[in-house]
Amino acid sequence: MAEARRFSVSAMPGFRAITLAAFAMLYAPIVIIVVYSFNAAESISVWGGLSLEWYGRAWENEQVQEATVRSLLVASLAAAISTVVATAAALGTTHGAPFPGRTFIYAAINQPLMAPEIVTAVALLIVFASVKVATGYTGLGYLILAHSAFCVPFAYLPIRARLEGMDLSLETAAADLYATRWRTFRRVTLPLMAPGVAAGAMLAFVVSLDDVIITEFVKSAGQDTLPTYMLGQLRRAVTPEVNAISTALLGLTVILLTAFFLLSRKRD
Amino acid sequence: MQRQAAVEARGARKVYGSGPAAVAALERVSLEIAEGEFFTLLGPSGCGKTTLLRLIAGFETPTEGQILIGGADVTADPPNRRPVNTVFQSYALFPHLTVAENVGFGLDMLDKPKAEVRATVAEMLALVKLEAMASRRPTQLSGGQQQRVALARALAPRPKLLLLDEPLSALDLKLRKEMQSELKRLQRETGITFVFVTHDQEEALTMSDRVAVMSGGSIQQVGAPREIYNRPVNRFVADFIGETNFLQGALEEGGFRLASGALVTLSDDARGGRPSGAAATLAIRPEQVRLGAGGEAGLPATVSETVYFGTDTHVHARLADGAEVVVRLQSPPSGEIGLSPGAAVTLRLPAEAVQVLDD
Repeated sequence: MAEARRFSVSAMPGFRAITLAAFAMLYAPIVIIVVYSFNAAESISVWGGLSLEWYGRAWENEQVQEATVRSLLVASLAAAISTVVATAAALGTTHGAPFPGRTFIYAAINQPLMAPEIVTAVALLIVFASVKVATGYTGLGYLILAHSAFCVPFAYLPIRARLEGMDLSLETAAADLYATRWRTFRRVTLPLMAPGVAAGAMLAFVVSLDDVIITEFVKSAGQDTLPTYMLGQLRRAVTPEVNAISTALLGLTVILLTAFFLLSRKRD
Repeated sequence: MQRQAAVEARGARKVYGSGPAAVAALERVSLEIAEGEFFTLLGPSGCGKTTLLRLIAGFETPTEGQILIGGADVTADPPNRRPVNTVFQSYALFPHLTVAENVGFGLDMLDKPKAEVRATVAEMLALVKLEAMASRRPTQLSGGQQQRVALARALAPRPKLLLLDEPLSALDLKLRKEMQSELKRLQRETGITFVFVTHDQEEALTMSDRVAVMSGGSIQQVGAPREIYNRPVNRFVADFIGETNFLQGALEEGGFRLASGALVTLSDDARGGRPSGAAATLAIRPEQVRLGAGGEAGLPATVSETVYFGTDTHVHARLADGAEVVVRLQSPPSGEIGLSPGAAVTLRLPAEAVQVLDD
């Protein structure tokens, strides 16, 4: 009887209705955009039959092609750079003796998660504007740098989680078996942290691919990424082409995030 | 000792922390372990035995003193430059490598030729009877098998010294007994010096050539198992190893005067030249006390309790002054010792079984 009286959320009145409503709120808009991406009609709200026309149009649109290449380039480089930085940071904060100010370091690394993105965007806009004037360089470097910076905490968290779960006696054992520090890292630490590093890189890639605010402020003329291109399109005439691009982007993200969850699952 | 010591600690001291928070885990310990010895560091947790092991392995640097291996001062050497391998309490097997790769890891790091590594790995796996498991991952093995892989991995580079940090504590009783004789066999066959850390006195007594009993960061006594058990140098050793009856009293011309007034005869060895009048403690093992019927010559006592243990029965008897003495008797075939609480008995403490410990 004591078992039956235990508090249970699922026994509360309206549980089923609230649950269904919550899931509907989460998924209905996405389902609608996916469905309408296959709409043959010109309108984004009137159904005109099944078609792949808008995928074809998006595929052939030069602006979309350029934005896609740019997005993938920025996301790849930002993921690579932020993962290297995050790996070093994770090793520094989990391995070795605790040092004064370690909590402060955690907070500092995770700053991009806490500072409002719009503030960071405005700050970067101002800083980069003066740098652009001083150097004359207006290339993609600013975008890559800005993305790398805000991707660091996303790469850092899964790597740190992996390292914290690592048995430190394994490194002691490697040293005991004549491995130098470098070889201990190469042969033991790195292979064991690899799933965390891969997961961190994927998360950073997805976060960079999806970014609008900072990109919108930092990009120079003609440097649209896929999300800022879509935003630009929505300001003018809205065509189902945006639905098609959104659905493609969603597909890519789901694949990467699935891989991320598989990698960050604890291996036994 | 004329022979070169396999390992030597000279005034090794280890302090953790600094200032008022400093804790000395090890107090200026000096110790020599001979080549080919099975040497055990025995003591309760926090006695400093693992710290001493870690100093020898090089995982910690002593605050003071030196560590010598084969006569060479290695105090400043990192673990990877010491000819020492360790079997860890948690085994610390590399989960991303196969059993064979684990066993070959040390030789690999020493840059031995591939063919030699392969041959040695095969030899080691045969030694611990795990040939069939070579390509498995450690997580696919049972606890006992992982234990044997850890042993093979540590033995493969043929270290001068093998350190074992409570390696059997995670195994169940039956497997532990098996591994105890397995370890003895491996030590005999390889001739490598073993330094074994344990808190289990039975393990220490059955396996070791010599035992160092440690407490509070210091070595209390070093000796062969029989010596440690039969001639403990102080109350801690007598109490930690096996069970002991302690009786208060003072030395006299003819022997040891108990608080109850009775006089116990001492051997010259037990007396050890102590002067009359000195207060001391008398120690005797429960199995050495002789039990007779009430009224016989000896110490009169009253049975307070009998406890049946299977092979043995313990009789708790109270002397005139209230001091309790435990007597261990072999249980008779019926299992009934025939003594009930309140029965009058006589205890005799044979002179050759009595020890005197300074207070």
